[in-house]
Amino acid sequence: MAIIRASNLTYTYPFAEKPAFKNVNLEIERGEFVLLTGPSGCGKTTLCRCFNGLIPHFYGGTLEGEIIVAGLKPSEHAIYEMAQHVGFVFQNPENQLFALTVEKDVAFGLENLGLPRDEIRRRVDWALKVTGIYDLKDRAPFELSGGQQQRVAIASVLAMQPEIIVLDEPTSFLDPLSAKSILEVIHRLNRELNITVILVEHRLDLAARYASRVIVMDEGQIILDEEPRKAFLEEKTKMVGVGIPKVVRLYLLLREDGINLSRVPLSPDEAAESIVEVLESDRG
Amino acid sequence: MGQNGAGKTTLVKHFNGLLKPSKGRVLIDGIDTRHVSVATLARKVGFVFQNPDHQLFSETVEDEVSFALKNFGFDEKTISERVEKVLNILDLTHYRKSSPFMLSGGERKRVALASVLSWDPKILILDEPTIGQDSYQKERLRQFIMQLNQQGKTVIIVTHDVEFVTECEPRIILMKNGRIIADGDAREILTDPNLVSEASLVLPEITQVFMRLNDYGFPRNVIGVYEAKRLILERLSGGFMR
Repeated sequence: MAIIRASNLTYTYPFAEKPAFKNVNLEIERGEFVLLTGPSGCGKTTLCRCFNGLIPHFYGGTLEGEIIVAGLKPSEHAIYEMAQHVGFVFQNPENQLFALTVEKDVAFGLENLGLPRDEIRRRVDWALKVTGIYDLKDRAPFELSGGQQQRVAIASVLAMQPEIIVLDEPTSFLDPLSAKSILEVIHRLNRELNITVILVEHRLDLAARYASRVIVMDEGQIILDEEPRKAFLEEKTKMVGVGIPKVVRLYLLLREDGINLSRVPLSPDEAAESIVEVLESDRG
Repeated sequence: MGQNGAGKTTLVKHFNGLLKPSKGRVLIDGIDTRHVSVATLARKVGFVFQNPDHQLFSETVEDEVSFALKNFGFDEKTISERVEKVLNILDLTHYRKSSPFMLSGGERKRVALASVLSWDPKILILDEPTIGQDSYQKERLRQFIMQLNQQGKTVIIVTHDVEFVTECEPRIILMKNGRIIADGDAREILTDPNLVSEASLVLPEITQVFMRLNDYGFPRNVIGVYEAKRLILERLSGGFMR
C-alpha cells in the first residue's frame, strides 16, 4: 500500500483568490526517493505541508479531497503525532535549531513525546552517528557551519524515527561540498533504512543521480511523473524551466548532431563513460 | 566564492559602509567609507541581502519598490516609471498589489532585488541571488546582470552556485578563513581542482566530465556545454564533415 496517497487534493490558503494546487492525485510507495521540482510558486512546498499536517492545522485555509500519509489522515491527527511519521527539514537550518547544544536539539522532539530517558539517549546517539555529527554533540548549533547545522536538523527529525522525510531545498544555503555530503547522507537514509524521501529541489545537478522518480509541478498541478532519465528528455520539463543537469544538456546537444550516447547521464561519471564508448567505437 | 563562514558577506558589507574596517580603509569611488553615512553610500552602492526578509517590510510590492525612490526625493513621474520598469524586468508586475510576505521565497528575493535596482546604483552587490530561483528565473537574472554590467555597472555577486558562474564567466575572488586565496578569471579558477576543493566548491559538471576524458587528449579546462560539444565533435572521425 502506498505510504502517501492523495486523491483529488485541492488546497487554498486563507484569503487567497485561487488554489495553491488543485486536483492533485499522487501515490508514493515506501522506500521511494522522489525529487519534487517545478518553477518557484508552483505549489511544491505547499503540497509538502499537507504531508505532515502543517496544512490545515497551522496554515488554515481550505483543504478538499483526500490525503492519507502512513495510514493516517493528517487533518485528523495533531502535528506532533504526524511528526513521528513525517520528518520535515527546511531550507535554512537556522530556522529550526534553537537549543544550546547539538545533543539537546536532537533530543527535543523525543522529550516532548515523553519517552523514557534510556530510549531518548539511544535514539539521539543513533541519529547523531547516522548523520556523522556524533563528535559535535556538545557544541552549540549556532557556532557550526551551515552544512553541519543542516546535519543537526536532519538528525533531529531522524531521531523521531519517521517513515518519511521531506526536505525542502535543504542544500540551497550550503556551499557545494557541504551540499554534496548532505545529499549523500539523505541517500544513505533512503538506501540503508528504507526511509521514504521527498526532496524538493531546483538544482538537479547534484540530486538527480539519487532519485528513483522525478515529479514536476507547474501552476498547482503535477505535469510530469517519471523516472529521472526519462523526465529530463521530456519537452515539458524544459518548458516550465526545470534546470536539467549540464551533463543532460550535453547529451541533448550531441544528439542534435546525430551522436547518441548509450544512456541519459545523471552524473559526470556516467557522461564520461558514455562519451568514451562513442570515442572507442569511432576508432573502431 | 568560498565556503560557508569564509568571510564573503562580511567583506562585501564593507562596500556600502555597513561595516567599517578596524584597520586599513575602503574607498568607494574615491570616498573613504569611514567618513560618510551608509545612506550617502547607498546612492552609489545597492546591496541585496541573502535573506530577503531582512530587507522587506512594506505592505505591497509596489510600496516596497518605490520606498527608496521616495527617500531619495525622485518626483512622482520618475518613481512610477522606474517601478513599472523594474517590476517588468523581474517578472513581478502581477504581484504589484500583493504583500511581499504572501510570496514564495524565490519571489521575495526578486522583490528585494527590484527595490534596489529601482534607484539605479552604480555598484550592485548581490548576496546569493540565485538561492530559491528556478532555472528560468536564473537565466533571466543572468541576462539582466550581464546587461547591467555591459552598461558599465560594477557587479559583485557572492555565490556558491558554480554552474551559474560558468555561464557568466566573471572574475572570481576565492576566500577561505577570512583571506583571499585566489583571484583570476572563471575558467582558470573553477578548473583548478586544488583551489576548488580548498574553497569547498565542486568542479563544474562539464569540467568533471573532461577531467575523466583527459586520457583521450582533451583539455582539462572546459566549463561550458557548447565548447564541450564542439570538442567532442572535432575528435570524432570525419568531425569536420558533420
